[in-house]
Amino acid sequence: MATAAEQWVLVEMVQALYEAPAYHLILEGILILWIIRLLFSKTYKLQERSDLTIKEKEELIEEWQPEPLVPPISKDHPAFNYNIVSGPPSHKIVVNGKECINFASFNFLGLLDSPRVKAAALASLKKYGVGTCGPRGFYGTFDVHLDLEEHLAKFMKTEEAIIYSYGFSTIASAIPAYSKRGDIIFVDRAACFAIQKGLQASRSDIKLFNHNDVADLERLLKEQEVEDQKNPRKARVTRRFIVVEGLYMNTGSICPLPELVKLKYKYKARIFLEESLSFGVLGEHGRGVTEHYGISIDDIDLISASMENSLASIGGFCCGRSFVIDHQRLSGQGYCFSASLPPLLAAAAIEALNIMEENPDIFAVLKKKCEQIHKALQGISGLKVVGECFSPAFHLQLKDSTGSREADVKLLQEIINQCMNKSIALTQARYLEKEEKFLPPPRGRAGESCIHHQGSSTGCPAVG
Amino acid sequence: MGYGIATLFGYFRDFLRNSGLEKCNAAVEREEQKHFVPLYQDFENFYKRNLYMRIRDNWSRSICSAPGPLFDVMERVSDDYNWTFRFTGNIIKDVINIGSYNFLGLADKYDESMRTVKEVLETYGTGVASTRQEMGTLDKHKELEDLLAKFLNVEAAMTFGMGFATNSTNIPVLVGKGCLIFSDELNHTSIVLGARLSGATIRTFKHNNMQCLENLLRDAIIYGQPRTHRAWKKILILVEGIYSMEGSIVNLPEIVALKKKYKAYLYIDEAHSIGSVGPTGRGVREYFGLNPEDIDVYMGTFTKSFGASGGYIAGKKDLVDYLRFNSHSAAYAVSMSPPVAEQIIRSLKLLMGLDGTTQGLQRLQQLVANTKYFRQTLKKMGFIIYGNDDSPVVPMLLYQPCKVAAFARHMLERKIGVVVVGFPATPLAEARARFCLSAVHTRQMLDTVLEAINELGDLLALKYSRQRKS
Repeated sequence: MATAAEQWVLVEMVQALYEAPAYHLILEGILILWIIRLLFSKTYKLQERSDLTIKEKEELIEEWQPEPLVPPISKDHPAFNYNIVSGPPSHKIVVNGKECINFASFNFLGLLDSPRVKAAALASLKKYGVGTCGPRGFYGTFDVHLDLEEHLAKFMKTEEAIIYSYGFSTIASAIPAYSKRGDIIFVDRAACFAIQKGLQASRSDIKLFNHNDVADLERLLKEQEVEDQKNPRKARVTRRFIVVEGLYMNTGSICPLPELVKLKYKYKARIFLEESLSFGVLGEHGRGVTEHYGISIDDIDLISASMENSLASIGGFCCGRSFVIDHQRLSGQGYCFSASLPPLLAAAAIEALNIMEENPDIFAVLKKKCEQIHKALQGISGLKVVGECFSPAFHLQLKDSTGSREADVKLLQEIINQCMNKSIALTQARYLEKEEKFLPPPRGRAGESCIHHQGSSTGCPAVG
Repeated sequence: MGYGIATLFGYFRDFLRNSGLEKCNAAVEREEQKHFVPLYQDFENFYKRNLYMRIRDNWSRSICSAPGPLFDVMERVSDDYNWTFRFTGNIIKDVINIGSYNFLGLADKYDESMRTVKEVLETYGTGVASTRQEMGTLDKHKELEDLLAKFLNVEAAMTFGMGFATNSTNIPVLVGKGCLIFSDELNHTSIVLGARLSGATIRTFKHNNMQCLENLLRDAIIYGQPRTHRAWKKILILVEGIYSMEGSIVNLPEIVALKKKYKAYLYIDEAHSIGSVGPTGRGVREYFGLNPEDIDVYMGTFTKSFGASGGYIAGKKDLVDYLRFNSHSAAYAVSMSPPVAEQIIRSLKLLMGLDGTTQGLQRLQQLVANTKYFRQTLKKMGFIIYGNDDSPVVPMLLYQPCKVAAFARHMLERKIGVVVVGFPATPLAEARARFCLSAVHTRQMLDTVLEAINELGDLLALKYSRQRKS
């Protein structure tokens, strides 16, 4: 049966061959010959690689000289004389042997030497020791971590929170977990360095808008919309994000959150808010810039903050809806591939949160003190204050620059040294000049704290 | 084949979920944002939803005691097949810990030898709230760095608050555009991230394969940068001391010979090997007996052998000074917490014998003995073990995902806490269980563990080795 069927097919084929027009057969024949030729011809490389002899190769290897691993640094580099602090960095600080009032650390709520925080950390030290010896996935999750995450989520009134063991890595790991190559991120020009590193790691398209300029952002979003209409299939899979800070580290100004939320719904972009300086500072209960403006926290997709400023601990956290946060437990690099936060620091953060919840009036005190000191520093000749009046971290910039960055830096250092002589500790804002995308002008940085007494704030203008 | 069946089931379940026949337990997007571009691609989460969820209970187990040789695990059950967990309130006490990185046993609850840590905590507090370059350099940091430089026998050292960040913020400082990086294919994520952030060209070489590295080096120097053929500015080789998933020790003498011949720079990440290999615990350099100046950049972390947290970079004084001024984390991230720094100082003093006892050396010798015993016994039983015979990280191959889950669950029932790893940290078909030995594991504990492994090996058919001797 089979052979009969085959023969039948063969006969059909031979018949078809006879019946096909001549040109068709000739074309097919030429194609078959061409394929056979390609199969058997030698493959050519684009470049001739074999033109260097062994001797020439050895010579090339001998001759090659690399640059030194690190370039030499001149001995009078300004950062050579860094300050060494002996003793605790609290209200009174001993810098280079001299006791000063500390206006340089970001100790906003004064919790760095709170006895309750220290006692909680001590209890945790006694029970758990210091280290956790593993990442969160491999027995590095302690009940203290789970407690802290629950506390934070409850405090910020979100569904879930996730903790990182370093403030810098928090936002630098959160952004690349969601935004990949091909996605678009709209970010403010004055974003801090950690955000810049997160953006670089994500490999997405970065679009910068002028600092705090909602009109500029809208222009960029509109341009993107026009692009989308040209290519709707691509637009359907490109995610968009807007990354802003609550209180900007580089300028001390607050972001215009209500307008940003309106833009979010209009242009369908998600908002990531970085609240390192505004958590524990703004808002009636210290919940940050969302409380300050009265915006529902569900409108913001992800809030990331560092616990190093207000909570007197180390580390950072992200909070938001479970839909968003849970993803980081498997894709946040700083979470999965790094050891977890030492339990004593987590316990310190829990206690600091408790203190914040029990005394909501410290935020009003902090705000008043900030306003006082801003007013008092307004009149100093030669210096201007950069930052909102309620921002505890503000900058002192030279009113008229001397023209060269180095000379400015030297002048500011002189001013700071003078302040130190009069027992006020300030510091210059340190930037990596070659790495920053938009280098802010040289300025001194000051961090106000609620434990600063009345007397010290009047001491400051006297120095100027 | 296990993956094939699971994948088919996965498609089936997804279909059920999408068509509404099965309730979807995962969290969903907000109502108001349903018209936004979806945050996660469907395919990305396929593995997570269908494979990982089934065996999720073997990871992120929480403990409520110090991660010493015995610890207490909080019992956790799931009512809905691992979508959510509930703590029952029971604590499984005295589980043998063979998963945490506690090589010298220094991570334990408080005892009198940690008195100085307590004092530093009471004086200095927990936080620092300033960066290294501004107001965050405490005298404790300086003390730690000087001691560390003496320990490693180098000119200077610098410490950072987080081990992961040490790599990702310092590699970009050393190399940039126009430089070439040779990275081992099994390097840790932090090294890969640092290399990517630097902007240099990255070429990977086969794991510990010196021939491959030499060929790549020759080609790089002879042909220069791609397309322009300009010479490379610098060549940096990134390797690790002990690789965490393989347990293998880097072939250091050959790499140093290659590096000298071709004038490249060597960066070694001793996260697992510092404090755990070498006659006095000074890492792979000592283990191989090389000169301290042979390696250009030493990097390591304090999480594993020292029972603290943080990282360091050490080397020549010029290098460390350059990093002090240019490191990303020195300028923008806060410094190490003071009690953590004190714990590291205490551990270093113990290891170096500066506290007047020989406890450091004793712990190291115990670790070496434990490693030898454990590895030999496992091999005799017929399991496939990866890694160098002297490395305290012992990966045992399980190959299939279902065995991974069964192994971990059975071990927990017998009160032994193990770490199992699958895709994506290891190749798809090479899931493994990883044992981390410690100096404070007694012979009795090791015997209990070995017995349990033996039983499970017979039960689950894990004895793949053809060189069984028993």
